[in-house]
Amino acid sequence: MAKTKDKGELGWQEIEIGCFITEPGNAIQFRTGDWKSRRPVFDLDKCNKCTLCYYFCPEGCIAKTEEGYFLPDLYYCKGCGICAEECPKDAITMEEEAG
Amino acid sequence: MAKKVGLEVSVAVSEAVKLVDADVIAAYPITPQTHIVEHLADLVADGELRAAYIPVESEHSAMSACLGSSAVGARTFTATAGQGLELMHEVLYVASAMRLPIVMTVANRALSAPISIWGDHADAMAVRDTGWIQLFVENGQEAVDNVICAFRISEDRRVLLPAMIHMDGFHLTHVIEPIELPEQSAVARFIPPFNPPLPLDPEKPVTMGAFAPPFIYTEVKYAQDQNLRASKEVITECWQDFGKTFGRYYSPVEKYQAEGAKTLLMTMGSYSETAMVAVDKMRDEGKPVGLLKLRLWRPFPFAEFRQAVKDAEVLIVLDRALSFGGPGGPVCAEVRSALYDEINKPRVVGFVGGLGGRDISMAGFEDMIEQGTKVARTGSEQAFEMFEVRA
Ligand code: SF4
Ligand code: SF4
Repeated sequence: MAKTKDKGELGWQEIEIGCFITEPGNAIQFRTGDWKSRRPVFDLDKCNKCTLCYYFCPEGCIAKTEEGYFLPDLYYCKGCGICAEECPKDAITMEEEAG
Repeated sequence: MAKKVGLEVSVAVSEAVKLVDADVIAAYPITPQTHIVEHLADLVADGELRAAYIPVESEHSAMSACLGSSAVGARTFTATAGQGLELMHEVLYVASAMRLPIVMTVANRALSAPISIWGDHADAMAVRDTGWIQLFVENGQEAVDNVICAFRISEDRRVLLPAMIHMDGFHLTHVIEPIELPEQSAVARFIPPFNPPLPLDPEKPVTMGAFAPPFIYTEVKYAQDQNLRASKEVITECWQDFGKTFGRYYSPVEKYQAEGAKTLLMTMGSYSETAMVAVDKMRDEGKPVGLLKLRLWRPFPFAEFRQAVKDAEVLIVLDRALSFGGPGGPVCAEVRSALYDEINKPRVVGFVGGLGGRDISMAGFEDMIEQGTKVARTGSEQAFEMFEVRA
């Protein structure tokens, strides 16, 4: 798991001893949020760039865009809804992933 | 030169831990293991062994402390028994999967309820699938020698797995035997320093025991199985070297009077000593019986076992544990499956006995062999024979 190779490619002989992770932060190599059932949808017309969603997201997957807005990386977002709960402008709505 | 001294086996085991110069001992006392950890606490307190002794609040904590200690590269020892081993259960899997070469002596004890402080192998069998190397010893000298070997085997870079040494509670832990303790300098030459390839080190951070999603868990578990199987070669190599260095040789399956035997009895641990005397007597009476002592339980020595039984007509297996509602004793079930595909194989008869410290006398073993030979001829309606059970 520690060696850099894409998901699903490592064979049993290639796994690091004890499945240790030797590279800090390597979770970025894996789409850890592809199982979520709800996704946050941001309405930038309502957003006032207050940064609260950025600070409250427990995943740290919300980043600042070039224009100064905030948007999540949905490959890592777990769909917890905390950003939507905290947004003072009601700019974030949680939508079902299924369908 | 090392000379023989009369020592309680528990004390001798602690002395062996001193000889290998262990760095950390984390343990919780439980009968019949107590004397081992008590004596180690004395050795550390008296400055005879320079080690950290961590008195923990439970066996679960003992094994958890061992994980951390082994992970930084400290030579780590613990001991437990019965319910204590059960309380460690979930942590045992972590130690083997994280490739941490902890060495543990288990003073085998029956499981509750009803409470029994006496010995059998139920505790050992319940942790059969935890991924540890497991060996059974039959006397004090074997216990000492195999504590020493276990450290060398476990810490070998080709292995890096924890090891359990099973020694019968009371029958071994509380008896005084003549034991030869090797010289410390010879032990130091025999066991190279522990040098793990990926220790916990703030300068070179690693994450141990992290999350494995479904796409990798299967590969990890297969690697673990291959690793444990492959350790057999290192185990036998270590026993060979030990023999050359210290003059005492060990093997995965030891044969006793097995040459030309039509009926073989298979035992594990200290009861093998009584079984040997019974076999000697029967041989003197001209009966073609022999004994197999299974020393290595995990990894199971399939090739050596099949080789050892191939000429016998009957194989009688004594289990000191019971798989309730299952195919009989766990050892016998495994032996049957190991022989299933063989063309020439003995008829296997399983006995369960020696539970909760019940003795099996010399006459008892003679009975077991006679009865077993008969059952092999007539067949049995039961999954196993319960030895000397009162109706
Ligand atoms: S739903 Fe949760 S994880 Fe996803 S962006 Fe919002 S706060 Fe972060
Ligand atoms: S919390 Fe709402 S208003 Fe504030 S930056 Fe995030 S989306 Fe915009």
